[in-house]
Amino acid sequence: MSARLRVDPVACTGHGVCADLLPEAVVLDEWGYPLLAAGELPAELRRPARRAVAACPARALRLDRATGARQTSPGQLTGSAQVARPQ
Amino acid sequence: MTAPPLARGLLGAGDPSLAAHRAAHGPLPAVPDLAVLAGDLTGRGGAGFPVARKLRGVAEAARAAGTPAVVVGNGGEGEPAAAKDAVLLDRSPHLVLDGLALAARAVGADTVVLAAGRRSLPGLQRAVAERGAPVRLVELTDRFLAGEETALVAAVDGGPPLPRGRAVPVWRRGVQGRPTLVHNVETLARLALLARGGPATTSTLVTRHVPGRHGPVVDVAEVPLTARLGDVLALGDAQAVLVGGYHGSWVPARAAAGLTLTRDGLAPAGAALGAGVLAALPADRCGLRETSAVVSYLAAESAGQCGPCLNGLPRAAAGLELLARPGPHPPGLLADVHRWAGLVVGRGACAHPDGSVRLVTSALRVFADELAAHAAGRCTATSHAPFLPVPAGAR
Repeated sequence: MSARLRVDPVACTGHGVCADLLPEAVVLDEWGYPLLAAGELPAELRRPARRAVAACPARALRLDRATGARQTSPGQLTGSAQVARPQ
Repeated sequence: MTAPPLARGLLGAGDPSLAAHRAAHGPLPAVPDLAVLAGDLTGRGGAGFPVARKLRGVAEAARAAGTPAVVVGNGGEGEPAAAKDAVLLDRSPHLVLDGLALAARAVGADTVVLAAGRRSLPGLQRAVAERGAPVRLVELTDRFLAGEETALVAAVDGGPPLPRGRAVPVWRRGVQGRPTLVHNVETLARLALLARGGPATTSTLVTRHVPGRHGPVVDVAEVPLTARLGDVLALGDAQAVLVGGYHGSWVPARAAAGLTLTRDGLAPAGAALGAGVLAALPADRCGLRETSAVVSYLAAESAGQCGPCLNGLPRAAAGLELLARPGPHPPGLLADVHRWAGLVVGRGACAHPDGSVRLVTSALRVFADELAAHAAGRCTATSHAPFLPVPAGAR
């Protein structure tokens, strides 16, 4: 089982706590909003990721299980894309 | 706006009454399986999602939840350049209402809603009263995002019309928290024609913009999807075509002429039919200036909920506005606009940032020569009369 970070872009208010606690997987853009490393979260980052999720003041950060099955919310909450997706 | 040309099919002969509808189309036959009938029909609201999959998804979700579904006809056409849905509702409201009835039966809905702009409502009230249909009419604001699926559901529920993201899709939890089928009104009208055996999947409604002697001429037409763009839109001396609308793409006129309107036909040019807008920008205008006016409007239409869109679109718009004037420009400005545009993609609750960026990047690509001319202090345009419609204040 693997895990994937997601940001709810409406809830996120750019506190930046996630980037402080999990700099390996989160950087802030020039306006202070998180950019998440693409793909699945490495196993060794699961524990600090859970801490970052718990510490988010806006409750905007989630750690989703990526089961390999088709996601029901394809790509709408990743906050991580640096490439355009087909609509 | 000029009157649309008389046309058979979706746009009828101009009489929106129930009597004319019945005379033209006959009674609505019973359809055993609407998803099968829909076949490869795709949604005509912009995203082009397969209709059959949506029908089956909502029906299954309603069964699983043990609650009746809700069906919403989406007539929200906030896009200033689009008029096809409003014209359809004006001319053929009963085809749309037929489609709603079919969809409601297919997914087991007990609530049927038709949402549209203020100008469409009087005609719809008459049509609903004529047939005594249990359809609730909802008035939408004319904001750009009013027709966005999740914003629409919020408006139907009586809240502010804001996108909510798609973590839980509306087909699972929409109006009143129930599984909800949202279809564009043209899609619904096409289902009504399909039920009567018409070849409804092979054509589409487009809103066309071409230059005229006294300013832009705008009309709505039903055209075959396999038609070449150059045969559907009078290209004249056009330099580029805006395909899809304000979330669409610019295509150089020479490349656009031979494209067909199907998904596969437009994809090689990086375009999609989107909201069904086709606009032929004449050679005497500045494509950067036109795009800048639209992007400023789009930035102002952000719901303002998501940080990247709230911050990135106004910056990209301001940068584009500078680039749209003959230079000199601040060093690095073009790179800044590209970076800001890249930073918003995929990071919103709705498709607004992605769609707006699609327009910006296509403009920077297609009008590259004009960019170079501006950098050298010149603009090649001989007319600054606005071509693309933008609500007052944004230009």
